Amino acid sequence: MPGLPLIVAAAPPAERLFSLGVADLVIIAAYFAMVLAIGLYLKGQTQTGEDFFMAGREMTAWIAGLSFLSANLGSLELMGWAAASYQYGLLAVHWYWIGAIPAMLFLGVVMMPFYYISKTHSVPGYLQLRFGESSRALAAVSFAFMTVLMSGINMYSMALVMKVVLGWDINFSIWASSLTVAAYVALGGLRSAIFNEVLQFVLIWAGALLIPILGLYEAGGWAGLQARIAEQLGRTDFTHAWSTLGSFQDNPMGVHWTGIVFGLGWVISFGYWTTDFLVVQRVLAAKDLRAAKMAPIIGAAFKMMVPFIVIVPGLLGLALLPEKLVGEAEAVATGGHSYNEVLPLMLARYCGPGLLGLGITALIAGFMAGMAGNVSAFATVWTYDLYRAFIKPDADDAHYVAMGRWCTILGVMVSIGTAYLVMEFESIMDYVQALFSFFIAPLFGTVILGMLWKRATSAGGFWGLLTGTLSSIAMWAWVKLDPSALRYVALSPHAKDMAENLYRGLWSWIICVVVTVVVSLATRPKPDSELVGLVYGCTPIPSENDVALWRRPIFWAYAVAVVFVALNLYFW
Amino acid sequence: MTSTSKPEAVSIWFFVGVLLAFYGVVITGEGLYHLAYPPERPVVLAWLHADLWWGALLLLSGLFYCYHFAPRKAG
Repeated sequence: MPGLPLIVAAAPPAERLFSLGVADLVIIAAYFAMVLAIGLYLKGQTQTGEDFFMAGREMTAWIAGLSFLSANLGSLELMGWAAASYQYGLLAVHWYWIGAIPAMLFLGVVMMPFYYISKTHSVPGYLQLRFGESSRALAAVSFAFMTVLMSGINMYSMALVMKVVLGWDINFSIWASSLTVAAYVALGGLRSAIFNEVLQFVLIWAGALLIPILGLYEAGGWAGLQARIAEQLGRTDFTHAWSTLGSFQDNPMGVHWTGIVFGLGWVISFGYWTTDFLVVQRVLAAKDLRAAKMAPIIGAAFKMMVPFIVIVPGLLGLALLPEKLVGEAEAVATGGHSYNEVLPLMLARYCGPGLLGLGITALIAGFMAGMAGNVSAFATVWTYDLYRAFIKPDADDAHYVAMGRWCTILGVMVSIGTAYLVMEFESIMDYVQALFSFFIAPLFGTVILGMLWKRATSAGGFWGLLTGTLSSIAMWAWVKLDPSALRYVALSPHAKDMAENLYRGLWSWIICVVVTVVVSLATRPKPDSELVGLVYGCTPIPSENDVALWRRPIFWAYAVAVVFVALNLYFW
Repeated sequence: MTSTSKPEAVSIWFFVGVLLAFYGVVITGEGLYHLAYPPERPVVLAWLHADLWWGALLLLSGLFYCYHFAPRKAG
């Protein structure tokens, strides 16, 4: 699922994977010093609420686009999807291609004009403008709650990874990283978070790119990699993206192409990339409408390349590592290595002192940037959509900036508390991962109808969102209580967890849309004059006819789409 | 490609350049050291000396960004 990091390293083996030298520690220390220096520097430029919560709306398309992508490119996601590619083969690439690219292009070309022209500061803020306070309250509360919980879970998972990989104490990892994040986000707000996400983006590529380069050299290129995997497994379907999706039983993921296309490629992907405020906030910080439209397109172009540093290393591990990696439980029982360690194992295979430190820094940077994204989005939603809307509406701007700073620190503290809670009750992670997915698909139904259908009413938006969310929870509980219900929810008793998530998202989106439409048709719509700047057909979109073709966002969206189609055909 | 329109603002790319250049120096230095004193347990493909050329690439990239996005040019 886009943006949802896999939970890795449920239990650490007895020995750490590798030790760091002086050069490695110097590289890691330099990273911490740099992010704090950036926070301190930006504090002087962060005076108003617009500066703190929206980065002054001054970001270029490149900065906003790389930040937009980085907020999703957490280190746990990198390690989790590398593990998934070791386990499921090239099927994992769908979470980077069809599970992201169409939605990112759609956000840039179709949805950004409404988000940007409405001058909203958040996705719940847009719901308030379009559907009223009740929809905003529902979306804001669920987002704020889930964001800090996810932040804490990621924090705990990352600390566990650091313990497994480096032997670091869990408490040290949690407190050192989270206090650093709290410091630089509280100092510089969203601008600081965005700057550090761009830095993280560069570090991830600098630290991870060597693995596929050296790995493909060792394997004899892509053809050599395919041959080695076919030889190891006695099957050729691990290096194909689409050819095994004709039946649930024909692929290791237990998923059908309809689940990938309609569940992942449509509902889950569009829900995450177009309505999750964690990523959308970065684009809202763009300096003008053209930058706001270009930012997701730039992000999509780079997103297409991420499988090179995530999926390919997982496949290389399958082809080149002398030992067979196993599931987490078996790894703990036998003292072996699990799928989840494939990326660190490949890092240790090729990277000596110095390069190893750079790779570890990339992982740490990914974690910290992801957490900064969570707390900066939480601070904005709490301050603007809950505190100012319902608790203290008449305070001055300085008061809200102070609230944002304190809220950032509070968000980090709650995350730390969640991390320790998860340490005691690890099963919480499964539930919260599922909880997060409950809100994404219905929210997309509400937002897309709100933007594209002027007949949608306030009551329709609220009841659609509420019933979509509740139906998703009900389907999840149904399968938990009666596993045989999987054949109805996911259309097959052979479906795995991932497939169940995709179909549950699809059903809840359909329910949200149907309820929204029915209720809207039964209630009185807003006059067109109140929908200007919010809805297609009521909003004048600035023309791009006077702009050179190569400078138009739509041109670059088509270019990215062509490459996207070509990649899918090549790896069919 | 500065990050903000304020004349005094330092571009994020300058910070990126500083860090990359520093990392380039440290990693290239490690590579040179291991060229003179090969480690007892070398990594796979150690003979390619990835630390040397990757470190040099980071250093050159870092210096380019430092020069191109130096604060005096920002805005």
